[in-house]
Amino acid sequence: MSESTDTAITAIARKTDGASIVLDHVTKVYAGQDAPAVEEFSMTVDPGELIMFVGPSGCGKTTTMKMVNRIIEPTSGSISIDGRDVLSLDPNELRRHIGYVIQQIGLFPHMTIAENIGVVPKLLGWTKQRTAERIDELLQTVQLDPGVFANRYPKQLSGGQQQRVGVARALAADPPVMLMDEPFGATDPITREKLQAEFLRLQASIGKSIIFVTHDFDEAIKLGDRIAVLSERSHIEQFDTPANILAEPANAYVSSFIGKGAALKRLALLPVADAGLGAASGAGPLTVDIGDSLRDALDALVLNGSPAIDVVSDGRVVGSLDMDRISQALGAELPSTRTGA
Amino acid sequence: MSIESATMAIATARQQPVRERFWTFKRFTVPIIVVVVLAALLIWLSSIQLDSIEERTLNWTYITLRVGEHLSLTVVASALVALLAIPTGILLSRTRSRALRGTILGIANVGQATPAVGVVILLAIVWQTGYTTALVALVIYAFLPVLRNTMIGLQQVDANVRESARGMGMTPNQVLLRIELPLAQPVILAGLRTSLVFCVGVATIATFINAGGLGDMIVNGLKLQRFPVLIVGAVLVACIALLIDWIAGLAEDLLKPKGI
Repeated sequence: MSESTDTAITAIARKTDGASIVLDHVTKVYAGQDAPAVEEFSMTVDPGELIMFVGPSGCGKTTTMKMVNRIIEPTSGSISIDGRDVLSLDPNELRRHIGYVIQQIGLFPHMTIAENIGVVPKLLGWTKQRTAERIDELLQTVQLDPGVFANRYPKQLSGGQQQRVGVARALAADPPVMLMDEPFGATDPITREKLQAEFLRLQASIGKSIIFVTHDFDEAIKLGDRIAVLSERSHIEQFDTPANILAEPANAYVSSFIGKGAALKRLALLPVADAGLGAASGAGPLTVDIGDSLRDALDALVLNGSPAIDVVSDGRVVGSLDMDRISQALGAELPSTRTGA
Repeated sequence: MSIESATMAIATARQQPVRERFWTFKRFTVPIIVVVVLAALLIWLSSIQLDSIEERTLNWTYITLRVGEHLSLTVVASALVALLAIPTGILLSRTRSRALRGTILGIANVGQATPAVGVVILLAIVWQTGYTTALVALVIYAFLPVLRNTMIGLQQVDANVRESARGMGMTPNQVLLRIELPLAQPVILAGLRTSLVFCVGVATIATFINAGGLGDMIVNGLKLQRFPVLIVGAVLVACIALLIDWIAGLAEDLLKPKGI
């Protein structure tokens, strides 16, 4: 029995490029409460996908996430990673292969940064050499100079630096799955944007399967491959790509969550190349690059005050955009992204 | 980047002097006072004429013996307290049973709230006189601070730190040994320090049940109206208490985990 558990965990651990996560009719009822905190939650996360759970506080999104690594035990239903039933595995062994980042970070104050990152490798019995190399590599990945930071203590770091260490620590054993609970929630807006951009770049290279909990819809749009909008008892109101949710909110609840400015948020997701370009206009001092978003183009257009704005690629003007073309892109975008997603 | 490096510079500047300033003059105030007081006591003693009764107690052999007994009672009792109260505190903080926790804390409270003389004498009446009885009485009396501080120390560990430890795949025992106990250690040591000082004071009562210690000198000095004897005994107890507290404080600072 324990041998088969071991092999199942080893198999999961080997899927360092992301493993599928399947939740099937998962329910959690806390002792002494009548209403379930999570009711009949079903979802499939593809390998390497970054899924955002968005919802108001107390809707059960965190509870749902924490059932994946069994910090909270589900009352009923099944959860599997890479096709293997999580609930039959040893929870401690399992957690060593699931990256876990919480908002309050929870770095161990009495351990240096290097020791913090080395916790899981140590639990897994890695050699000192291998652990040290991994710590160096990870600190560089999260853009902290190992020579400067490895021997510091957490309280000597700023909030943003601590959160980077938190992410590095979660990545220590190269886990296939990461669970992140509002990891950037406690940082100031500037640091948060920087961390989000770094995180996107990181995910592009490591491609983990990630469940990311947030109450910030803009963060969800920015980071997520798909977004699950959740309401009471972790009920899924809509589960789709950011573009589709913005273009076609399933109901009033989702619309209210998106808030105002849905069109602008959608434009931010579309590259200039998606719009049909007109002939070069030669108007105004400002231009946009073909790789910029349509939101940037609109911004430049308004700032320019001209009816059209030139689009450049590698320094050459390749066409122009005006208000009509931007609006059209917004309307035409619907079916095209749907097939693309 | 320049702001960041400036912040780092501040952080290092803040760190460095702390380490250098560990052995300051202030740190040696207590031992210096103790040495001065003992020197003054010695000079005063050599300046007065001792009668035969006083000479029987105020000699090196007798004093060393009493100090030895006193220290032995204190140190052994505190060691026993540490060995018994810390594991009890860990177990109590693990148990869900409120009744059990309340009962044990209640017993420890009674042990401390009962006047020490009462505990010592009662034990001697129901059991026997001598060193072992005094030791047991001291352990009962000094149990609470360590027990309570162990529980508080474990309780005050940040719940997020505990959760992230669990989320990383540590077993409950690993969380206890690698995270909770190191973080609770300063609080537990503070409790032990309190117990040590309690023991020095209460060990003077051991004389009533024939267990020696500096209480012998104090009580004899009082009964026989030999004030030099009384004063030497009292000053020595005070000096031992100060020194033990000082050593315990030093140990607290030296053993405190770096980074907290």
